[in-house]
Amino acid sequence: MTINYLHIFGILLKHLFLLRKSWHRIFNMFFWITVELFGWGFITLWLKSIAGADKKIDFILLLLSALIFWHIFMRVQNAFSVSFLEDIWARNMINLFASPLRFSEFVVALVFYSLVSAGFGLLYVSALAFVLYALDIWQLGFYIIPLFLNILLFGWSLGLLTVSLIIRYGPSIEVLAWALPYLFFPISAVYYPLSVFPELLQKIAFFVPTMHLFEGMRRVLLEGVFPKESVAWASVLNLFYFSISALVFYLSIKVAIKKGLIARLVTD
Amino acid sequence: METILKVNNLTKKYDGFTAVSNVSFEVKEGEIVGLLGPNGAGKTTTIHMLLSLLEPTSGKIEIFGKDLFKNRENILSRVNFVAPYSPLPYNLTPYENLTVFSFLYAVKNRKNRVESLLEEFQLQKFRNSRTGSLSAGEQTRLSIAKAFINDPRLLLLDEPTVHLDPLIAREIREKIYYKMRVIKGGVLWTSHNMKEIETMCDKIIFLFNGKIFAEDSPENLKRSFGKEDLEEVFIHLSKEAEKQTYDD
Repeated sequence: MTINYLHIFGILLKHLFLLRKSWHRIFNMFFWITVELFGWGFITLWLKSIAGADKKIDFILLLLSALIFWHIFMRVQNAFSVSFLEDIWARNMINLFASPLRFSEFVVALVFYSLVSAGFGLLYVSALAFVLYALDIWQLGFYIIPLFLNILLFGWSLGLLTVSLIIRYGPSIEVLAWALPYLFFPISAVYYPLSVFPELLQKIAFFVPTMHLFEGMRRVLLEGVFPKESVAWASVLNLFYFSISALVFYLSIKVAIKKGLIARLVTD
Repeated sequence: METILKVNNLTKKYDGFTAVSNVSFEVKEGEIVGLLGPNGAGKTTTIHMLLSLLEPTSGKIEIFGKDLFKNRENILSRVNFVAPYSPLPYNLTPYENLTVFSFLYAVKNRKNRVESLLEEFQLQKFRNSRTGSLSAGEQTRLSIAKAFINDPRLLLLDEPTVHLDPLIAREIREKIYYKMRVIKGGVLWTSHNMKEIETMCDKIIFLFNGKIFAEDSPENLKRSFGKEDLEEVFIHLSKEAEKQTYDD
């Protein structure tokens, strides 16, 4: 199967055209993380002050790094699925898929767009965190790369799953584009260690890649070691979940072509 | 004349409902074929199958002599489509919309192509306006411009002039007629405007309940049924088809 890069670029260009002229999209990209960074930043400063000077734990580094990673995960999933919804809202699905564009090329374009969106988000939030709290997220060094790649991969898996479900069940379930990542928030151990969970929840959390990533991130920050085991488990789980999402997407498209659901994405 | 589109025994069934039943027809080079029928006759379902948006339950679609579902990308790069229920994104400008589709159809000399279409369809002065702010006529002109972005050899038009006033509709019809004659492509045209179909089409296929009920040139259809215009033929055939359905 060949991929035509012009098709991918066409879809990417469409989203960039939209982004360039749309203040609400740009606002959405930066607003929430700014608010959260302010809110969590000040809570963190307060926690630090009451923890006393003898405590060695750097609350700012721990909590805000977690916040930034969670935001990137949300950004990737959201950019992926909302970009797809944009074409439903614009009643553009028939125009797109009546062209030689393949579904796989469309997905690759969404991956690139979510990467652009997450990349801008990461640059912005890391600069803001540095200015406000002298937090240098880049001190994670090269260790950040496998963590970041795994965050992206899980975001894409959920994005692809969201898109598949919308294709299969129609735009009425579009709320998933915003809600699905929050399903994983409580058991991802974003701001607290896995050890605070009851045993059963720990077992469930084991199957969530983000839990391994946030645990791994804390090991880097607290112990300065590369969390081989966390990265390995996160990667294995992510590859498994991405394969499942790709399969669900493939099956959704098969059903959509059989039942004429692509055309109905316009009218629902 | 080369056959551009060949449809053989095309059938589409949904759970217990047959939307299109054993439909066969051809569109040849330079030919404009009208697909007529009352609402729910299966016209749009047929067009969606011809665009590979919908898988037929049985039957075969050959475009440019090749099986559509085995050569989708290659075939669709030389096909295009216009329908009022599928407008171009409102929040992009005409220039941006045409540019995006020039990539999707992998058009060569994209910049020149977009500029010449903007010029040809009198869209230059709106090139940087939001598509959503254009009038219905201007938006249809843009959709037609998009349909010509790849110089299609087969054009599928699903009621392209439905929201337009008579003057703009005539202008659009003339444009399509002229362009397709130059390209020597084939056109499949659905409409409820009988005058439009009569003026534009070399051949008419009349669909009712997913089946072909009659197929001939507008002149022959009028003569066969002893009617003065196509609207009378349409009404006559609709009643006949309905009666036959009741009898069945």
